[in-house]
Amino acid sequence: MGDLRSSVQVPVTVLVNGRSYTVDVEPRLLLVHLLRDVLGLTGTHIGCDTSQCGACTVLVDGKAVKSCTMLAVQADGCSVTTIEGIGSVENLHPVQEGFWEKHGLQCGFCTPGVIMAAADLLRQHPNPTDEEIREGLEGVICRCTGYQNIVRAVRYAAERMQSADGEVEVAATAGLDRGEGSQGGATS
Amino acid sequence: MSATVFGSQVKRREDPRFITGRGRYTDDVQLPGMLYAAILRSPHAHARIASIDTSKAAQLPGVVRVYTGADLQDRMGTIPTAWLPPESDIKTVAHPALAVDTVRYVGDGVAMVVATDRYTARDALDQIHVRYEVLQAVAEQELAMAPGAPQLHADAPNNIAFHWKVGNATDEVFAQAEVVVRHRIRQQRLVPNPMEPRASAAQYDPSTGELTVWVTSQNPHIHRFILSGVLGVPEHKLRVVATDVGGGFGAKIAVYPDEALVGFAARDLGRPVKWTEDRREHFLATTHGRDQVEDIELAGTRDGTLTAIRVKALANMGAYLSTAAPGVPTILFGLIVPGPYQIPYAGADVYGVFTNTTPTDAYRGAGRPEATYLLERMVDLFAREIGMDPVEVRRKNLIPKDAFPYHNAMGLEYDSGDYHRALNRALEMAGYADFRARQQQLRAAGRYVGVGCTTYVEICGLGPSQVAGAVGFQGGLWESSTVRVHPSGKVTVFTGASPHGQGEETTFAQIVASKLHIPVEDIEVIHGDTARIAMGWGTYGSRTTPVGGSALAVATDRVIEKAKKIAAHMLEVSEADVEFVDGSFQAKGAPQRRASFQDVTLQAYLAWNLPAGVEPGLEASAFYDPANFTYSFGTHLCMVEVDAETGDVTIDRYIAVDDCGRVINPMIAEGQVHGGIVQGIGQALYEGAVYDDQAQLLTGTWMDYAMPKARFFPNFETAFTETPSPHNPLGVKGIGETGTIAATPTVVNAVLDALAPFGVREIPMPLTPQRVWQAIQNGREAE
Ligand code: FES
Ligand code: FES
Repeated sequence: MGDLRSSVQVPVTVLVNGRSYTVDVEPRLLLVHLLRDVLGLTGTHIGCDTSQCGACTVLVDGKAVKSCTMLAVQADGCSVTTIEGIGSVENLHPVQEGFWEKHGLQCGFCTPGVIMAAADLLRQHPNPTDEEIREGLEGVICRCTGYQNIVRAVRYAAERMQSADGEVEVAATAGLDRGEGSQGGATS
Repeated sequence: MSATVFGSQVKRREDPRFITGRGRYTDDVQLPGMLYAAILRSPHAHARIASIDTSKAAQLPGVVRVYTGADLQDRMGTIPTAWLPPESDIKTVAHPALAVDTVRYVGDGVAMVVATDRYTARDALDQIHVRYEVLQAVAEQELAMAPGAPQLHADAPNNIAFHWKVGNATDEVFAQAEVVVRHRIRQQRLVPNPMEPRASAAQYDPSTGELTVWVTSQNPHIHRFILSGVLGVPEHKLRVVATDVGGGFGAKIAVYPDEALVGFAARDLGRPVKWTEDRREHFLATTHGRDQVEDIELAGTRDGTLTAIRVKALANMGAYLSTAAPGVPTILFGLIVPGPYQIPYAGADVYGVFTNTTPTDAYRGAGRPEATYLLERMVDLFAREIGMDPVEVRRKNLIPKDAFPYHNAMGLEYDSGDYHRALNRALEMAGYADFRARQQQLRAAGRYVGVGCTTYVEICGLGPSQVAGAVGFQGGLWESSTVRVHPSGKVTVFTGASPHGQGEETTFAQIVASKLHIPVEDIEVIHGDTARIAMGWGTYGSRTTPVGGSALAVATDRVIEKAKKIAAHMLEVSEADVEFVDGSFQAKGAPQRRASFQDVTLQAYLAWNLPAGVEPGLEASAFYDPANFTYSFGTHLCMVEVDAETGDVTIDRYIAVDDCGRVINPMIAEGQVHGGIVQGIGQALYEGAVYDDQAQLLTGTWMDYAMPKARFFPNFETAFTETPSPHNPLGVKGIGETGTIAATPTVVNAVLDALAPFGVREIPMPLTPQRVWQAIQNGREAE
């Protein structure tokens, strides 16, 4: 077997959030560890070791990928977008905005991955139904929210992205909730 | 805005950092020269360690140190239990951070490697050679108590950790009852699975002797308290930080061997050390929840009046007693067995049993879901026995609103409630009467739909410290808060509660904003750092808002009181003649004489002209000890359809009406309910930890342990009624656990209602399609 840690280091060049990095890595280094431990981008999380939770989801060349299931060397030459790069506090991506508006997160640990997965879902299905959102989030697990507000958040983002490239304010967000039967807030 | 900010839907103030990837969780801590730890865990459920050879591992390039239990035995303390129920003959066995000569569950720590990176640390684990002499193991509590069972601890004969009893339900009560329903229920074992795995990082400064430990904790001060003892670092030199924690659900209350080991290594090696469990480790080494076998008797009359309930429960404690574990199947379970009903006689008789399994401890609801589940299942069985609609049985027995404060048979004083209002509201939302009619038609057409109902009451807002002491909790349950008003009138709030997803950075700001009439943006809520917060007891038991929030309300009132004195002096009127209206201090009857809040805060700090006897500055603290617990309640209803050919259960509708007193932020309260319901349904339909007869965990990853996913659920229909708690200044109760408490019996009752035509009385949880299908087959054969 020899020393798996191996003196072999392989150069990898990745474009992460628009910035190019060239680093020498062990061939076995996971992309998620490259992002977190080498590049210091700790917004991408690790929730499991069996590729099930999606906490580690990033976009690789625009498509959602579980970065715990890809080697850093496989990302050589790719463009990677992480939660830190999809939007900023001053200029939130519509999915980020939806999560904030609709209380789509509690502890926030699954959130970066779910946001990235949802962004890819909306790329493929710009106007999904609630069921399609629930099906489309098959690859992520959230233990806190019960998913309903994540569905609302994604629906909000879809509306937002549809309305003239997001330039126009979303009208009457309350109307978005119609038809799901929620009684909402406090009653006397 | 500020006057109405309490009770309104304010967007969460903690969210910007989380949605942009700037949360700061424990594994994100990165320090210069940091080392990584990995822990070798026993593959055997019960074995003697004959020898450990670490030499090869130690030689691996990058490995800094390998520790075994023998190395640490005399250098650090063992991990204690912090809940000792009185009169229970409890056996507190020492849990060494690394096993010294015996391993007692799969996952018990055997050795720790510290290396320069994560991968090397893991590689080195494979180079440690342990020779085990495998012993007989036992995973199930009844078997563990049986004669001839393998014994875990020399001083706990028959593996009995404790025996605890409560109540007034005697044999005579049951002998004289008109109807008695008897039933056995197994509360399966669950794995909490917060999305963030447990982690710890530590840094030691030899020049000051200060040790900083970052840890995934729901209660950093409890961690400091216990780690100080285990590591021998005095409290004033030990800082515990748990700012962003990715969910806990009870699993991050306990102080584990792992964080003690990390702290030890950081001090021993003089370099920062970090350890993060992987999910497989979580399944083995983080506490599990539930796991009880219960024999229950419910007595009543033919006209539907409940008269007595009692339960004999065997609680599986695992191999050691985790931090809060003994309190879960005793105090938090036994005292609430009669639930929301006027049942004059009740009793609980509980054995805590050691087995060769991962220790159990609190899991969302902790004891109260177990109590509610058995009660609500029994009420349905009783209703079936006497041929009455289960909702009518509930309606008949619910404590009426004019009976509060109400003393249950165990002596708890329920503070306030209007249980019938919540029930009626839920029935109305569900269209219950119509559903029953439709159910008949569908049954005739060979479709099996069912409705399940739960009416519940929850002990929350833990709790009065005197009671904590009386029931054996080795701590107080009060909470602290400091309100620091800055010269500009901006406010920093410090709380000893330690939220980790529940949104108190927002709701606590709402409490202060509504009192001081300032925007929530002017308030920052600080939690989770023992260097910044004097003392506190953390977040669990739905206590953060009723206890921590009340501490905050009291501290804020003290700030206003002092500001009033200063304002009176500024306005040249007597203090009694000043009122605080819409953010200004003004002279009664002469509102043109006024000083804004900011004018006063500035003067408080300039201190050029303060009234006699008033110190400069504007800050107040409160250590609030609640007079009682609070008792949230509600009604949940669920409609399901069962596919009789496949056993598949579809949830058609789920209705939740909860009452947590006054609601501070309806959006956040609703979010708590949603999340709780999904966890409760998780137990009902999907989740379960399974051990084989050699106590190997068969469900050790998310490939074998089913986690609830988005597509399993419809949109839930939720509503709140508001019955204020009379004994805290905010009128609030807890909402963090209600969903988990109510959802499990609601769904199981619905499935069993759907299967009533097949005569099915019981299906063990989780109600997987295979089990449901089997129950239908058995029912068909019996016909
Ligand atoms: S961490 Fe990648 S799927 Fe769980
Ligand atoms: S918000 Fe906590 S796991 Fe999703």
